[in-house]
Amino acid sequence: MPIFTSAASVPARKRQAARRAKRTASRVLIYSALVFWAFICLFPIYWTVSTSFKSAVDVTQGHLIPWLDFRPDWKGWRSLGLSPDMLFQSSPSRDEFLSRFENSVITSVGASFLALVLGSLAAYGLSRFRYKFAWMRNDDILFFFMSQLILPPVVLALPFLVLYKALALLDTRFGLILLYTLTVLPIVIWIMRDQFNAIPVELDEAAFVDGLSIWGAFLRIIMPLALPGMAAAFILSLVLCWNEYFFAALLTSTDATTLPVMVASQTGSQGINWWSMAALSTAAIAPLVLVGIFLERYIVSGLTTGAGK
Amino acid sequence: MLVAIASIGLLLVLLIQILHTTGKLAAGFSNWRPILYAYLLWSVALGISQVMVRGERGLRALFLLPAILFTVAVVIFPTLFGFYIASLDWNLSSLEGPHFNGLNNLIALFSDTYYWNALGNMVFYTMAVLAEYAIAFGLALLLNADIRARRFFRVVFLLPMMLSPVAVSWMIGKSLMEYRFGPAATLARALGWDNPAFFAHPWIARVSIDAMDAWVSIPFIMIILLAGLQAMPKEVLEAAKVDGANGWQSFWHVTFPITLPVSITVLIIRIIFKLKLADIVINVTAGGPGGATDTVSSFIYRVYRDRSNVGYGTGLAIFYLLLIIVFLTVLLRISSRWMQKAV
Repeated sequence: MPIFTSAASVPARKRQAARRAKRTASRVLIYSALVFWAFICLFPIYWTVSTSFKSAVDVTQGHLIPWLDFRPDWKGWRSLGLSPDMLFQSSPSRDEFLSRFENSVITSVGASFLALVLGSLAAYGLSRFRYKFAWMRNDDILFFFMSQLILPPVVLALPFLVLYKALALLDTRFGLILLYTLTVLPIVIWIMRDQFNAIPVELDEAAFVDGLSIWGAFLRIIMPLALPGMAAAFILSLVLCWNEYFFAALLTSTDATTLPVMVASQTGSQGINWWSMAALSTAAIAPLVLVGIFLERYIVSGLTTGAGK
Repeated sequence: MLVAIASIGLLLVLLIQILHTTGKLAAGFSNWRPILYAYLLWSVALGISQVMVRGERGLRALFLLPAILFTVAVVIFPTLFGFYIASLDWNLSSLEGPHFNGLNNLIALFSDTYYWNALGNMVFYTMAVLAEYAIAFGLALLLNADIRARRFFRVVFLLPMMLSPVAVSWMIGKSLMEYRFGPAATLARALGWDNPAFFAHPWIARVSIDAMDAWVSIPFIMIILLAGLQAMPKEVLEAAKVDGANGWQSFWHVTFPITLPVSITVLIIRIIFKLKLADIVINVTAGGPGGATDTVSSFIYRVYRDRSNVGYGTGLAIFYLLLIIVFLTVLLRISSRWMQKAV
């Protein structure tokens, strides 16, 4: 009896084993691909952060692992005035860094906020009412806003240079805020229109029955519901504005310079040390890396409502 | 009524200022800033009058009006102004002011080999979007597979997108790929490339620049494709499996066609952004070697930075804008026709 069963199940067991081997192989392949790409994504960041703690010898000899390969040192951070022992002393480079940082925060938050206000209003209008401006219907108006996206920054940069000079807005934060608002406005409108379309019109109608005006319904009923979408649009705009370089490089010189411009100007100068450059880069990317880690959900939802339809 | 008063006010301020700058009137403002305030006041007046005259419909128009007035002031007007500047011979560093020279900038443009070279590079960079797309699709499939720690990998894969291209220029271009002791160069030496100069040979430099740009932008494509994959009904794939399709077949005949609309959307968005590529080129190679990595934007940036030639630079930019519009119109036509055929 046992002889029969084993004879019958040998091919079946073999097939099963082959299938299991194939499955394991594909698992291994998938995970090694994942780990490989994770390495590609993380290594440049790791390299930058670790280099900010290296001395010249460690850089030239290509030491990679702290404490094993090299002894970490606050060298890079000291040159920025941000190392623990420098924190309570005055440092001109830290003052410069902090003022650039402040400019970046103010311009990107200001522009994202302005774009969110203008964009949400327009998106709500486009999702709820029918407009007619001359020959333009709703779709034409939406296309009008979206078409701003294809405008390359170079087309606007030089006219803005001339105009801002005349308006005395050159090298001011307010000037940059206006420009950044313009670059993110189409994206905000696109995301927010999807958001408002997803909220049923019956809610508006119920609000009207309760005696609220159009604006009352929008502010009290609809806007609170759209808050997660607004957060997504806001964070996405924040990322784009924080990283913007082209306009900032052309339109600011001393007062309103943002962080990317500071990083770029240090990159160009020859004698600059790797460790201080690495510290500066780390400080410049740190806020957004944190945003990426903790607010990833909003970024993904912002991107996918924007383009996934 | 209110609009009429506000319009007259705006025109009056404008007139005074024009007369003042041309020297015909002594009274005036030291700069053009008041025009901005006048425009703002005029906008408010326009809004109020809409509500007063048209009541309910005016209230509705009020939602759209701010965005439109803003866009007109900040995009439409400067672009038109750009067309005007493009027809001037205007060098900010020379002492004589702007003077009209008609289509001379346009004519000069056609014999500017550096500009055409930059346009040629743009063709390469745009084609490279397809490679980015292929990698991003692979990553999206990986993330969509049945894996552990999906959230961890998704966050990690997303991170490059958060970094500013300028910081990336230093992190990768100037230090990782540094000739003497950058880790990437060391690795290349270990793999048998004796002379790992990433930015010396034109083609290698172009590929290196694009690799950096791809590193930053692949996450964007990946996230959107992933959303497309997750929206796909599960039954379809199961049906394919029942029919005996292997992995490759079910990808090619089921997954790919179903996600095609998403793919086309994301490709077009990505191409639009690719056409603006400048930051990395400016900061890593400044267009070198010999203009091999120049994009149109970085070239115009240098026309302005090195030669202060506002008129010619704007002319180049406007011509580029027209090319982009033609190119994207054709692209949209082709893709929509293609989609109709596929359905």
